[in-house]
Amino acid sequence: MNNSIVVVLAASAIFYGTPLVFASVGELLAERSGVLNLGVEGMMLIGAVTAFWSVQHLSGPDWVVLLLATLIGGLAALSVSLIHAVLVVGLRANQIVSGLALTIFAGATGLSSYVGNVARLGGQPAKHEFIGLNVFGLQDLPVAGPILFHQNALVYASWALVIVVLAYLYRTRTGLHLRAVGESPETADVMGVNVARYRYAHTLAGGLLAGVGGAYFSLAITPNWIDGMTSGAGWIAIALVIFAFWRPELTLVGAYLFGLFSSLGFVLQARQVHLPPEVFASLPYVMTVVVLVVVSTGWAKQRLGAPAALGTPYVREER
Amino acid sequence: MIRIQRRQTTPRWLLFAVPVLSLVAAFIASAAILLIADKDPLATYQRIFDRAFFAPGALTGTLVTATPLLLTGLAAAAAFRMRLWNIGGEGQLYLGAVGASGVGIALQHQSAPILIGGMVVGGLVAGAAWAVIPGLLRAYLNTNEIITTLMLNYVAGLVLLYLIFDSQSYWRDLSTFTARQFPQGKVLADAASWPSFDLQFAIVPFGFVLGILAAIALWLVYRSTVFGFQVRVLGDSRAAARYAGIKSRRVIVAMMALSGALAGLGGASEVGDFRHVLDPRGLQQAGLGYAGIVVAALARYNPLAVPVVAILIGGLANAGYSLQGPDFPAGLVGVLQGTILFFALGGELLVRYRITFASRSPAPAAAAGT
Repeated sequence: MNNSIVVVLAASAIFYGTPLVFASVGELLAERSGVLNLGVEGMMLIGAVTAFWSVQHLSGPDWVVLLLATLIGGLAALSVSLIHAVLVVGLRANQIVSGLALTIFAGATGLSSYVGNVARLGGQPAKHEFIGLNVFGLQDLPVAGPILFHQNALVYASWALVIVVLAYLYRTRTGLHLRAVGESPETADVMGVNVARYRYAHTLAGGLLAGVGGAYFSLAITPNWIDGMTSGAGWIAIALVIFAFWRPELTLVGAYLFGLFSSLGFVLQARQVHLPPEVFASLPYVMTVVVLVVVSTGWAKQRLGAPAALGTPYVREER
Repeated sequence: MIRIQRRQTTPRWLLFAVPVLSLVAAFIASAAILLIADKDPLATYQRIFDRAFFAPGALTGTLVTATPLLLTGLAAAAAFRMRLWNIGGEGQLYLGAVGASGVGIALQHQSAPILIGGMVVGGLVAGAAWAVIPGLLRAYLNTNEIITTLMLNYVAGLVLLYLIFDSQSYWRDLSTFTARQFPQGKVLADAASWPSFDLQFAIVPFGFVLGILAAIALWLVYRSTVFGFQVRVLGDSRAAARYAGIKSRRVIVAMMALSGALAGLGGASEVGDFRHVLDPRGLQQAGLGYAGIVVAALARYNPLAVPVVAILIGGLANAGYSLQGPDFPAGLVGVLQGTILFFALGGELLVRYRITFASRSPAPAAAAGT
């Protein structure tokens, strides 16, 4: 029963969707403060390469090394997101071009590739990797076992993250201030909220989470390092924020949907369904376009939930 | 006390000084990255510039890498000027290569002018058609074009792979046993090779000449056509465009088609000038569409500045290819390009705002937050 195609698909949708959860919740935090960061792909690749470097060079028990490596991946991505923050918050640069520049700087054929090549990480098998846990000893439970109780630690961490961010956004004063900064920075400023500080902090938080999402690629999905290994996941994460109407709980739905599309190819191929591999490979991208079209028309015409100040610099003198 | 005020007018010299200073600053900042990796920055830069511009034949090689960047740079500059964020130059270039090589195979027994003209048209049309998809979605359904153009890049890359590796398509060479075992595209007839012009110090590819003509044409379109005027109004203020009765949907679709056609021409030139075959891996490794965005941003979306920047960035890329190896790892060129762009973006602040260091005490009435 646990080998039935539905169970396998559900379990792997969660497995492949998890990096998208981290990255899109991070992007959501940045966008809620009014900063659009198109550098997610680049930040994820930095996270992937630094986390992989860490597992190869640190020694210790599995869980310590993996925890440290994930943190290092996150912090490395955070530090490149600082460039974007300085440019768009401090220097009022165009957010779209700056984000693209970040992806070019950090992404495939950029810094992540440079680091990976200088450190000769290509072709090495990972010394430590995230593996499926046996939570409460329930992994053999029919249906729910493989889907809910046999995932890796980062999957459970992503669920905790969504709950924490939900509580933060809607149940705390800082969360309220954050939403004010994204909707109407003028009002927030009058309330005594430091707009620039909120934007810096949440852009950096977005970088940290994108880095963790990237680490998931090199520590859980492939366990190795390949140049450009996230292959567009960062961009899908940005689309997911729109898809989720800027609500953290909905990023889970979107991410797992896309995880499903990513895994459909592998699962069907293993079951002798023959179609050109490109058809499956293009599914996540085509579906992103389709979903965006649906979301941006008809019942969702009002740009539901988009922070009103998204993409615009806040200049107090020009209020 | 530092004060930042919006400039009413920008001095002309600043428009030149800022990009040049950005370049210098970027090279200084990238030196830090080289030092961390234990490389000598000065020696590395010297080798880059030597291989890009000064060594025998270097300039010819640089023009080869600059040609697609010139065209994808113009594609991005055209669309970005009206704040239409076409990030899909990469995919539009792939489709342009598909279109041009398709026409090249179909007309292979025709005379060279017809064949080459057909390839140019094939590239333009295929690139435009691919770009019109997100254009229509943006214009009529208000779908964010940044994401759709980007997603279509990945789809276009898969189309390339499918045509050569996983199908018996028109583009694939199936004539010999080896070709069936090791998939590759049909090699075009000799007459389909685009001409080049030997200027003694460098050989200029036909595609580069087309790019220069396109740059001048684009500049004229902005300057003295109704369409160009509408594009500029839309770029500066959507609201003003609405009051002026500009049909923004049509302009958006037309601009996406124009932008896609330019990128598609870049793909046609890759086939006609250099590769003479539809080569999925080669096209995808180069990242020509994304680099075009760097070119456009550094040129401040000015079509006449695009060729200069394309030669500069093309030179970097050319040096990157020829130096790549253990002591010149892949990725360095992207780091340099990104850093240059960061500094150019930061430098924009100087162009748009006046920064003054005034003494703290006499605060004039006009200053500070009201």
